[in-house]
Amino acid sequence: MALTSQATVETKQAERHLRFRNAALPYLLISPTLLFVAAFTLWPLLRVIHDSLYVQNQAVQTPRFTGLGNFLALFSDPFFRGVIENTLLYVIITVPVSVFLALVLALLLNRKFRALGLYRLAFFYPTVLPMVSAATIWLFMYTPGYGLLNVFIEFFHIPSQNWLGDPKLALIALMILGVWKQTGYFMVFFLAGMQGLPHDVFESAKLDGANIVQSTLAITLPLLMGTTLFVTTIAVINAFETVDQIYIMTGGGPVNATNMLLFDLWQTLFSYLDVGRASAISVILVVMLLVFTAVNFISTERRATYE
Amino acid sequence: MKNTRFTAVWYTPFVILVLVSLALAGCAPAAATTPAPTSAPAATSAPAATSAPAATSAPAATSAPAATAAATSAPAAGQPVTLTFYYPVAVPGPITQLINGYIQKFEAANPDIKVNAVLSGGYPDTLTKIQTTIKGGGTPPDVAVLLSTDLYSLVDSNAIQPLDSFIQSSGGDSFTSDFYPAYMANSKYQNHIWSLPFQRSIPVLYYNKDMFKAAGINDSKGPANYQEMVADAQKLTKPDGSTWGIEISSDGIPYWLFQSFVIGNGSNVFTAPNKVTFDTPEVEKALQDFSDLSNKYKVMPTGILLWANMPNDFVNGKAAMIWHSSGSLANILKQAKFNVGVGDTVGEKGYGAPTGGGNMYIMKGIPADHQAAAWKFIQFMTSTDIQADWSINTGYVASRQSSYNTQAMKDYLAKTPQAAVAPDGLKYAGPELATHDNAQIQKFLGDAVQSVLTGKSSVADALKAAQQQADQVLSQFPD
Repeated sequence: MALTSQATVETKQAERHLRFRNAALPYLLISPTLLFVAAFTLWPLLRVIHDSLYVQNQAVQTPRFTGLGNFLALFSDPFFRGVIENTLLYVIITVPVSVFLALVLALLLNRKFRALGLYRLAFFYPTVLPMVSAATIWLFMYTPGYGLLNVFIEFFHIPSQNWLGDPKLALIALMILGVWKQTGYFMVFFLAGMQGLPHDVFESAKLDGANIVQSTLAITLPLLMGTTLFVTTIAVINAFETVDQIYIMTGGGPVNATNMLLFDLWQTLFSYLDVGRASAISVILVVMLLVFTAVNFISTERRATYE
Repeated sequence: MKNTRFTAVWYTPFVILVLVSLALAGCAPAAATTPAPTSAPAATSAPAATSAPAATSAPAATSAPAATAAATSAPAAGQPVTLTFYYPVAVPGPITQLINGYIQKFEAANPDIKVNAVLSGGYPDTLTKIQTTIKGGGTPPDVAVLLSTDLYSLVDSNAIQPLDSFIQSSGGDSFTSDFYPAYMANSKYQNHIWSLPFQRSIPVLYYNKDMFKAAGINDSKGPANYQEMVADAQKLTKPDGSTWGIEISSDGIPYWLFQSFVIGNGSNVFTAPNKVTFDTPEVEKALQDFSDLSNKYKVMPTGILLWANMPNDFVNGKAAMIWHSSGSLANILKQAKFNVGVGDTVGEKGYGAPTGGGNMYIMKGIPADHQAAAWKFIQFMTSTDIQADWSINTGYVASRQSSYNTQAMKDYLAKTPQAAVAPDGLKYAGPELATHDNAQIQKFLGDAVQSVLTGKSSVADALKAAQQQADQVLSQFPD
């Protein structure tokens, strides 16, 4: 009796030990990454949340607790609302456009024809350029009068436009650059995804008489859901983080028509030295990204297949 | 089975975490608010520790009032001092070579002082580096070149020390009187002098003499006031849009060139470091004049004109006149294939321009021997000969009047008479907009200028809004 119970205890202990090891192993494996994430992301994040609750700027050099004062001030500021609007507009337009274009390009280039590599290279090439160089090149293209784009549209008898100097056109000009810059990058992900798709499915579809449109819509697109999810997430984050081209091309102008979250954040901290307000903007940015990413994952998680 | 579900559940938030951290990696500012020990220059701390009492070198001493130069005794002779010097590059040209050349000369004359010159990016980068170093408790540089308009921000964050005692020891008023008064105006606050002018500029009017001649306009000098400028521009503007009479940039720092209109109207946009006058009739008139150039007289393209495009438009004959920094002279003369005239910028009552550019500051809390060495260095860099050479090679206006009596400068002006206009224009110059929370106040005015030029709001509304925004910020500062 006593002997059996001791045996059971021992087995239970061993079992528990095993279960603990099984549970601990994943944490052990991710711990090096976790350490870096904690040091370079979580700690700054907590620090920013802390700073966002204090007033600290040129007038108030010693931090003074204000609770949600910085956030209330931001949301009641028409200037900041404009910044949020510009950012959302940029996200809502550039993300679908560049993901869609990338998909179309990938579908077109996922075949065998002459000079295929050349086409792929041509579309991928903007990705290789640093954004700062790309923005400088486009700055010249948008120059009123003798800029390439104006020379082009004047050929069609459309009057030369002051692309970056007109509040109605400046944000559109930045969107064009953004789409041009990243579409080729997303195209490569779609191409890679397509080339990983099983051939037999397409062959049997062909045997069943499906044309190319049908097999694209019914097979390629659903199977690419994982890639689409990834690309969309990256695109959204990229769009929220638009800053280099604003710095180079417009400085947020004219009249804040191209002022977006990250640029405003940079200016608030490094130009106005307003730590409290800048921290509050950071928190808002992080929350927006978190919400976008979570919604994106939850809505597509079930339908996505990961290889 | 159970195992896979376990991973699936924990997988999602982890991926989100990683993605957000990717996102955060882009948010550099978030990280920069934490103390960054790496940004402190290493070189200064070593010699400082040996020659100075420990207390002075500690950043805590910045809050103590005592540490001025005269108070602490000089260290034993023969102890070398290494100064750290931050300087930004704001104009094209071989700036680093020039600076290093001056430092070599300085070190040869002062064997016990070494200067470690650090190219610190642009003006805003330099200010940011210093401010974050101070906030993080690190060691700031000993000497830095920063915008003259940064004065109040630097005093507010307790970053700089007044130069009065040094100036007294070097001759007091007789020492400062050689500097152009218009430039010294940006150095004074609360009865102290905080900086010496080093690389200063002023906007000027560049005009195409050949086009002036062809249009039958006297090309010996530029227009004397706004009305003349409009009349000239109307003659020079070609109806097909191939040449505009005038182009005045309104991006980047739109308030700066706008100040020329205001000062030329006999007024200015501020009266004290905590008081701006954006909504006065004179300023409204000036903004109306600026806007009329495109919208009423049609002698300037509409919308915002980019600062960087103006010199190109001018040398390509797209614009017969432009307003730009005096610092662009060398570049414009090099590229233009026609005779270039230079005049002063104008308002309705005549010539007028704001000053611009950078001054040299001594940082607070550095050891006494560093302070003495820093003062020697600043004196050298703002000396007559160095200022003359600096002006000839860069296009900056020499900050000392005596620089224009040197042989080198006389030879240069004989060859390039256009360069004499900028220093002469200082007679009509007023101080550049400088207040507490400067960058923000400048942006309020800049936004008002842009919104009128792009037709988004009326002159009165835009300036009233800017005045209110500025008042709200400046009400926090007592003087």
